[in-house]
Amino acid sequence: MEGQPSIWRRCLAHRSFVAGGSLTGVLVLTALVSLVWTPWNPIKQNLRERLVAPSWEHLLGTDQFGRDIFSIIMAGAQNSITVGVVSVSIGMTFGVALGLWASAKRGWTEELIMRASDFMYAFPAILLAIMLVATLGQGAINAIVAIGIFSIPVFARLTRGAANAIWAREFILAARAAGKGKLRITVEHVLPNIVSVLVVQITIQFALAILAEAALSFLGLGAQPPTPSWGRMLDETRSMIFINPWLAVYPGVAIAISVLGLNLLGDGLRDVIDPRLARKR
Amino acid sequence: MTLLAVDNLTVTLNTVRGPARAVRNLSFELEKGQTLGIVGESGCGKSLTALAIMGLLPENGWADGTVKLAGENLLTYSEDQMCQVRGNRIGMVFQEPMTSLNPLHTVGRQIAEAMRLHRGVNKAEARTEVLRLLDMVGIPEPTKRINSYPHQLSGGQRQRVMIAMALSCGPELLIADEPTTALDVTIQKQILDLIRNLIEDLGMAMILISHNLGVIYQNVQDVIVMYGGARVESGPTHDVFANLSHPYSQGLFEAVPQIDDTKASRRRLRTIPGTVPELADLPAGCTFQDRCDYVTDACRPTQPPVVQIAAGHNVACLHVDAARKQWAAR
Amino acid sequence: MSVFLAKRFVTFIATLLGATVLTFLALEILPGDPASVILGIDAPQSAVDALRDRLGLDRPILERYFDWLEDIVTLRFGVSYTYSTPVLELVRARLAITFPLAILAMLLSAFVAFGLGVFAASRHNRPGDVTVMGISQLGISVPNFWLALLLILLFAVQLRWFSSGGFPGWHNGVWPAFKALILPAIALATVQGAILARFTRSAVLETMREDYVRTARAKGLSRRATLWRHVLRNAMIPVITIMGLQFANLLAGTIVVEEVFAMPGLGRLILQAISNRDVIVVRDVVLMLAAFVVFINFVVDVLYAVIDPRLKPHDV
Ligand SMILES: Nc1ncnc2c1ncn2[C@@H]1O[C@H](COP(=O)(O)OP(=O)(O)O)[C@@H](O)[C@H]1O
Ligand SMILES: [Mg+2]
Repeated sequence: MEGQPSIWRRCLAHRSFVAGGSLTGVLVLTALVSLVWTPWNPIKQNLRERLVAPSWEHLLGTDQFGRDIFSIIMAGAQNSITVGVVSVSIGMTFGVALGLWASAKRGWTEELIMRASDFMYAFPAILLAIMLVATLGQGAINAIVAIGIFSIPVFARLTRGAANAIWAREFILAARAAGKGKLRITVEHVLPNIVSVLVVQITIQFALAILAEAALSFLGLGAQPPTPSWGRMLDETRSMIFINPWLAVYPGVAIAISVLGLNLLGDGLRDVIDPRLARKR
Repeated sequence: MTLLAVDNLTVTLNTVRGPARAVRNLSFELEKGQTLGIVGESGCGKSLTALAIMGLLPENGWADGTVKLAGENLLTYSEDQMCQVRGNRIGMVFQEPMTSLNPLHTVGRQIAEAMRLHRGVNKAEARTEVLRLLDMVGIPEPTKRINSYPHQLSGGQRQRVMIAMALSCGPELLIADEPTTALDVTIQKQILDLIRNLIEDLGMAMILISHNLGVIYQNVQDVIVMYGGARVESGPTHDVFANLSHPYSQGLFEAVPQIDDTKASRRRLRTIPGTVPELADLPAGCTFQDRCDYVTDACRPTQPPVVQIAAGHNVACLHVDAARKQWAAR
Repeated sequence: MSVFLAKRFVTFIATLLGATVLTFLALEILPGDPASVILGIDAPQSAVDALRDRLGLDRPILERYFDWLEDIVTLRFGVSYTYSTPVLELVRARLAITFPLAILAMLLSAFVAFGLGVFAASRHNRPGDVTVMGISQLGISVPNFWLALLLILLFAVQLRWFSSGGFPGWHNGVWPAFKALILPAIALATVQGAILARFTRSAVLETMREDYVRTARAKGLSRRATLWRHVLRNAMIPVITIMGLQFANLLAGTIVVEEVFAMPGLGRLILQAISNRDVIVVRDVVLMLAAFVVFINFVVDVLYAVIDPRLKPHDV
């Protein structure tokens, strides 16, 4: 594998990649650490320690229920990552399958799948979530499913476009001449060749999922108490912003940093994986 | 009187692999009304030469040397001064008629644009002029076509529009960069005839760029053969073709199939071995050394000196005598 | 009308119909029929049956769908269970908040984005470009409802230039109503604008590499004149596509931002309807929002035909 070290070197030389990778690393690490340790119990209320100012004991102070804000933020990372992983997995599994299917079949199957995914663009995640939540009731699972469904058409379009380009290449022709079936060609040749495109999109959808989940939780349609969630933190501190504005700042910064990290990582990956695209931009 | 004097023109490009010279110490002169051809394989620096004269080099490139138009060095001109020159004193026709016209503007508007800019004519005057130009370049029904959009015209007609555009302000010099490369063979001839006749009628000078020896042979008085950014051979077209002297020119000629060649049946179509090296890989010394049959160690350290072998016929090759002897014996 | 527009119109109508089917089916397929959803799990069976009867849930599904379609076409929409009023009555005043807010945010984001995108492109890789791209990277990463909170903190709490929320209504004069829309519109427009600015920049850069731009320069046009006359209009074609696609997200954003600013718009209505389990209202309002998105995308298609002569009638 001669290309391997050079890819790594290119990654490390790319500013967006390094910045995005570090921020994303911090996000993941925080979530992992919070699984086993947080400075304080993020759920336990302590009404005698309400709205304490930042100190060494409470790095970011406490909220109106006396909970340590730093600990909630740490634990909130778990929620964001879970939402991202699950919803992107849903979107990617179905989206990629549909896209590959459309590309292998062509004809009216492709037309139908693509029209349907165009159509889904008219229903952003929040509208879908609202529909789901309205009928199934509020809850984290419904929100995650809605966000996942929202990203299906994104992956479907991307996959189909990339796969069509692969199907037009000579080595596919060779494989077909060798008598391989469409399913086998798809799995053996098409999928491996579009992975890089998908990786970039995964980081972007991950970021969008974090944003959408935060919005839903803010509206009370996502993570339910007592699960620590950045979006719900913002909702809970809303009535406090006149008294203690900082409460409204921390969770937002946490969201923004996570999303920024993932976006930068996506940009960096795109440049590193496909230098052709980078030059075009 | 000398219209254009290019002296020691060098174009350097910043590439991923460092700065590379795409045009090397190129010098030539062009009289008023004279026509000059530049020929060479694609990638040998023809377009960059033209763009350097126009002051339109890509962002990562710059030119050294001098490019004098009627005695004034264009390379020292400011951007504003160059805008006065482009389209006004030098017109240019590009290779791709399909993409060289703005798809969102009518051809009438695009032809009128340079006149409105340089001549300050009003709309009505411009329209009359555009109709005249369309007629001049042989587009039928100008009153109708003036309102057409590029996508409604054929490739040949678009190239006629490009020519009308380049000639609209009556420039002293026309640069045509591969004007027919993208067209059907039958249309190629029509367009070349049109250009040649217009140049003659209007008394303009022209630089015709092509990778096609036949096109050059039939349309210009003088020729420069370029390879790897450098001039390898030059002179009056007839003399040069009668006495091809540089190994590269000879190879270029041999690679062209010729129907009217009496030796055609006996001649094996040869191609020049190897490919044009990437810019950054171009060797010091003779740029052709890696593909040349006559190469010796003497070719490698410095660019070969220019030898005059007949009046105005110059060749940059250390082994020109050997090459000529072989060619004559062929 | 050109073939292009005719095709687009058919797609527009088909998409609208698709949206009605989807929203209708969402209520049908999901577990629990509307009556039990509205009344909750603990409701006695007799009450559920009564409501089923009132909502006509025992009729065949197709019949109910076409009845609903008729209600939509006649603009009556369904009847809210909680308010016992036609949904149209409920949304009328709220539309006058949400739609102007969405349009204002879109125009705002478009203006800022075009300006910044073109500015950045014309200073490609120079400090101005890098700065704009850095800021827009931040803009994309900020959740709009958080930005809304920050705007309230700064402009309403600290500076007291604006009120922190609510909506005076259009009947009290245009200016106060407009003033109430400004902060929410900024919160919405920032994210959209950041995305659009990046896109505009790359579209302009892409267009600047086109052959016809070189042709324009060879005519003697200055960089600036070339940018205005030849680059911008061509670059707008992909940009307005993205604008149309982004509109769905922008409208979804209004739901959240209205909540932050306590504005009685469609977003509020829909959230209230959810807590009241008033699925009829949710369904109809979701459909309205989707229809708005579909309509905006149709407008984008019409804009195409205006900008691009290749799609004009005489072409066919
Ligand atoms: N913007 C650029 N950046 C880097 N290399 C370039 C650029 N433009 C042209 N080149 C290279 O310069 C050489 C000469 O190009 P050109 O003048 O276009 O050749 P041609 O003789 O075919 O017109 C080629 O090797 C080409 O790849
Ligand atoms: Mg060329």
